[in-house]
Amino acid sequence: MRNKYSVFSLIKNALSYHENWQRAWKDPTPKKEYDAVIVGGGGHGLATAYYLAKKHNMNNIAVVEKGWIGGGNTGRNTTIIRSNYLWDASAGLYDHALKIWEGLSQELNYNVMFSQRGVMNLAHNLQDVRDLKRRTHANRLNGIDAVYLSTEEVKKFCPIINTSPDIRYPVLGGTLQRRAGTARHDAVAWGYARGADAMGVDIIQNCEVKGIKRNEDSVEGIETTKGFIKTKKVGVVAAGHSSVIANMAGLRLPLESKPLQALVSEPVKPIIDTVVMSNAVHAYVSQSDKGELVIGAGTDDYVSYTQKGSHQIVEGTLNAILELYPIFSRMRMLRQWGGIVDICPDASPILSKTSIKGLYFNCGWGTGGFKATPGSGDLFAHTIANDEPHKLNAAFNLNRFVSGDLVDEHGAAAVAH
Amino acid sequence: MFLINCPYCGERDQQEFKAGGEAHIERPKQPTELSDDEWAEYLFMRKNIKGVQFERWNHAHGCRKWFNMVRDTSNDEIKAIYKMGEKPPAQ
Repeated sequence: MRNKYSVFSLIKNALSYHENWQRAWKDPTPKKEYDAVIVGGGGHGLATAYYLAKKHNMNNIAVVEKGWIGGGNTGRNTTIIRSNYLWDASAGLYDHALKIWEGLSQELNYNVMFSQRGVMNLAHNLQDVRDLKRRTHANRLNGIDAVYLSTEEVKKFCPIINTSPDIRYPVLGGTLQRRAGTARHDAVAWGYARGADAMGVDIIQNCEVKGIKRNEDSVEGIETTKGFIKTKKVGVVAAGHSSVIANMAGLRLPLESKPLQALVSEPVKPIIDTVVMSNAVHAYVSQSDKGELVIGAGTDDYVSYTQKGSHQIVEGTLNAILELYPIFSRMRMLRQWGGIVDICPDASPILSKTSIKGLYFNCGWGTGGFKATPGSGDLFAHTIANDEPHKLNAAFNLNRFVSGDLVDEHGAAAVAH
Repeated sequence: MFLINCPYCGERDQQEFKAGGEAHIERPKQPTELSDDEWAEYLFMRKNIKGVQFERWNHAHGCRKWFNMVRDTSNDEIKAIYKMGEKPPAQ
């Protein structure tokens, strides 16, 4: 029986010096067979397992993770959540996720620190202005909150931005999604893990997949570092390593894996109470509850699995940050890191069946997967349980690269990829 | 960030170069006869290897010439560089 977190449990455990808290999830050895196995214990994988158990009554399932849960891109992103995408298919997908975010802490009984502090996107040239206005209208038609802001309104909403017309890339306007914001990334993984574990899902860490066994056109199981696991359904949610798993099954995916960097500063007092993203100069910044500035940089243009990126990428981002926020000129950066992102040619994800029966892929989230975590898990669980996509992820199938029906969010979404 | 030995200019900073993706993807000889599946394979599907990969690079801020590279994507170690049209080294 899983104890509920509440103010009473906090007081009770405080009285025993916090030494008797129940484990949030078990550390099981893998069974011989499961009804389904999820490969990848990041936010998306754990959410998939959680919704498979909760909404589709599939409790005899496992999540296998080669490292520790949430140790990949879930713990490496800049935690931005928004749904202001241009195309109808994307708007449906990301707003589905945003709606789940709004009740997620209560649903999981785990504080994911979802904070709807708003996300503002800046325009720096006339084409940006036209694109952002178009996107604002498209968002509104899809029922997603969006407003266009003038330069003065941008300054009013976030006073530390340099709106001088003399800077290299002056701020000509911006858009604001007030329902957007941030969440605590680790808590999302831990909350889903705890919730899935409570419903009987086995979360197996330090268990790397070495091969996918198939009987002609259907899946029979997976070879792992902890032995063979028999299963008829495998859902792969391996982010940057999706192609590695696909190659094991003899599949090719339209992905390239590239390093994406982020960095945080030393902690300071509250200075920026929203998230500001700039597409043209590729700089985005928010402030964590600890007070660190959380800064996202861009991707390198070559395939690499090294989890580190080039210095000039960080330098370019910091140049842009300093011009937009002169007040940060004496801030010191504390940490910098990279994650491996799997990028699709159309910069939209793949949540799809494959040509192999029982093998499903959830990948291609590229530089912006964190925001979709709950929706991605929910829709991928639906796809695995019913062997059919949900209407919200039907457009994000693998076949779109054959039919040509791409969801072309490249540059059309609120941030450059 | 790493150094790249351009076969025309010598060793330069990686910042001068542009990555051009997987190498040795042959343009279809009879494009009109290709099925949709074959087009998808040619246009979009990539090996995206973790390990030794063959790729194209361009010395964009130098001689602007294209060349091929064999690189280990798991540690960014460059194994070999050879000109366009040359036979790839045996791995």
